[in-house]
Amino acid sequence: MVTMTAAPVATKMAETAEVLTFPEALNRAIRQEMRRDPSIVVIGEDVAGAAGREHLGFKDAWGGPTRSTKGLVTEFGSGRVLDTPIAEMGFVGAAVGAAMSGLRPIVDLGFIDLIGCCYDQLINQAAKMHYMMGGQVEIPMTVRMSYGARPPSNQTAGGGAAATHSQTLYSVLAHIPGLKCVAPTTAYNAKGLMIAAIRDNNPVIVLEHRYLGLNARTPVPETAYTLPFGKAEIVREGTDLTLCGIGRMTYVCLDAAAALTAEGLEAEVIDVLSLAPLDEETILESVEKTQRLVVVDEDTPSCSLGRDIAARVADAGFDFLDAPIKTINSADTPVPYSAALESIYTPSPQQVVDAVHEMLGTG
Amino acid sequence: MTSSTIAAALPRATLLTMYERMVLIRDFEDRVKALVEGGIAFGAAHYYVGEEAVAVGVCTALRPDDWIASTHRGHGHCIAKGMAVAPMMAELYGKASGANRGKGGSMHITDVRVGMLGVNPIVGAGIPHAVGAALSAKVRGTGQVAVTFFGDGGSNIGACHEAINLAAVWNVPCVFVCENNGYAQSTPVEYSTAGEVWKRAAGYGLPGEKVDGQDVFAMYEATARAVERARAGAGPSLIEARTYRYYGHSAGDDGTAYRLASEIEAARARDCIARFRQEVIAADLLDAADLEAIDDQVAADVDEAVAAAEAAPFPAANELTTEVVAS
Repeated sequence: MVTMTAAPVATKMAETAEVLTFPEALNRAIRQEMRRDPSIVVIGEDVAGAAGREHLGFKDAWGGPTRSTKGLVTEFGSGRVLDTPIAEMGFVGAAVGAAMSGLRPIVDLGFIDLIGCCYDQLINQAAKMHYMMGGQVEIPMTVRMSYGARPPSNQTAGGGAAATHSQTLYSVLAHIPGLKCVAPTTAYNAKGLMIAAIRDNNPVIVLEHRYLGLNARTPVPETAYTLPFGKAEIVREGTDLTLCGIGRMTYVCLDAAAALTAEGLEAEVIDVLSLAPLDEETILESVEKTQRLVVVDEDTPSCSLGRDIAARVADAGFDFLDAPIKTINSADTPVPYSAALESIYTPSPQQVVDAVHEMLGTG
Repeated sequence: MTSSTIAAALPRATLLTMYERMVLIRDFEDRVKALVEGGIAFGAAHYYVGEEAVAVGVCTALRPDDWIASTHRGHGHCIAKGMAVAPMMAELYGKASGANRGKGGSMHITDVRVGMLGVNPIVGAGIPHAVGAALSAKVRGTGQVAVTFFGDGGSNIGACHEAINLAAVWNVPCVFVCENNGYAQSTPVEYSTAGEVWKRAAGYGLPGEKVDGQDVFAMYEATARAVERARAGAGPSLIEARTYRYYGHSAGDDGTAYRLASEIEAARARDCIARFRQEVIAADLLDAADLEAIDDQVAADVDEAVAAAEAAPFPAANELTTEVVAS
């Protein structure tokens, strides 16, 4: 059984860098941008905490679901770090209106599962306004949300949030024209993609895996920097097959690649990073080189991004392929509660290895 | 205050503009209706005829840089906030010269230059947008106010409650205007709506009042008080305008399958434009010649808007894929 490791994905490092967790890197990104641009506001439930209780000595009591907005209210005040009532449709809608009228809001939705409470504002309003208003308005808005179920090897850090607080669901956002979606995988790319999202003049969904938080520690440069949307990263070079991962599944692919090395197979691993726009070119170039593709996606299979990637490669790169494309998704079920079930819900490195064996006829 | 007292305190130019915009809304809508019934395929169109005093009364109390968020029945809001009818008509025709360059149609007409944040056919969706615009005004310290219109139907969607509560707890300069025309499509307000909308304000700790939406001066005066309060930083208000749409919910509905003819006739007998004419002439504020000159000018403007829209080119095919994302 191959286990999940916390091996950081390869990064290009600047000279002054500090090792940070995922939430720490996001905190730095938001803080640096808020210092630079007074039109940036942070909106969400408990993004500051204990709102209105400063007179009792309570301030900065929470700092968001992953504590990634901790300290921002102290530096920027409650006028720019705005706690909200539990009203996702209301405050996401308010962020859309604010973005139309001169602000650059960063909304923290907490859980991707809560898109059910504000889907209209995301898909009918934010995503479409630039187009349907003939380019009159831009919606420079960042919407943060955590996603994902507990990895099998991670029995202690949370988990057990079950069907309505562990979903992946990003395919129903990446599907919508006008929304950009990114899924950072390391503290380094989390900072760069968050700054890029804040500076972008479109609604950008930043997907933060619930169980990458402490495992995705990497050196992070002190300076503000951006990473481009629409650009995947080759995180391991190989010649025999391509493993394409989204979010935490990139680590699953890396673990599978390590296991395959023992069998004499060198897998190339791609971290998709940008779900929309998708970097079809990098994936196709890799498949042209390796002639085999396995796509690993934590979302449920039907109409998933993983299967979309497979379809795109089948469409544009069929001649490169020496074997049918394999896709691996989570089970086609709601996320179960019991640790015994949740631990087999998401794709595992062994499933990837098995899929490779099946593809090569070596199973 | 009686409406004639309010009217007497308004500058002549303001009275002329109020009348012009009410008549322009009616003429525009009647022309759109005639075009639709004559076979021009405009897609969905929801006529504002009968409700003109609400939009015009409210917008007369606003600065040009104040914001409004609208509903599916939004042509009247556009005109009341100062939009020109030529780009609106061209938008209905789907022409490149349309307000949204032919990409939005009747249900998404927008002109941010006049503070119009968009006609919005997802009922209730525009309400939080106004809260956000009000937040923007507060954060940037611009002194702007945001007003959102919504219907009796819209008052029952969750976005409405979430937005009013949010505006109240954030204390942002926002005014909520419910246009209660009695019907959510065919569903009567007495069936759809528990209690009275204006009374809900008390539950949020906000001032709320019911206003005769057929009286443009009463609408202006109530809005002016709410706007003054918002601009002073004293918080949001809720106004419920009692009004009536003369036609059906949209093109294709004549409005008689669920309303008695006697009810429609009674509403028409309280027509807001006729009432305006009568009041300003009786009070000697404007004379019939002033109003007739406006009637003629408005009719010519609408003729011109139709002619220009018909002559304008459609969007080029490459417009299909432009502006999906901003650069």
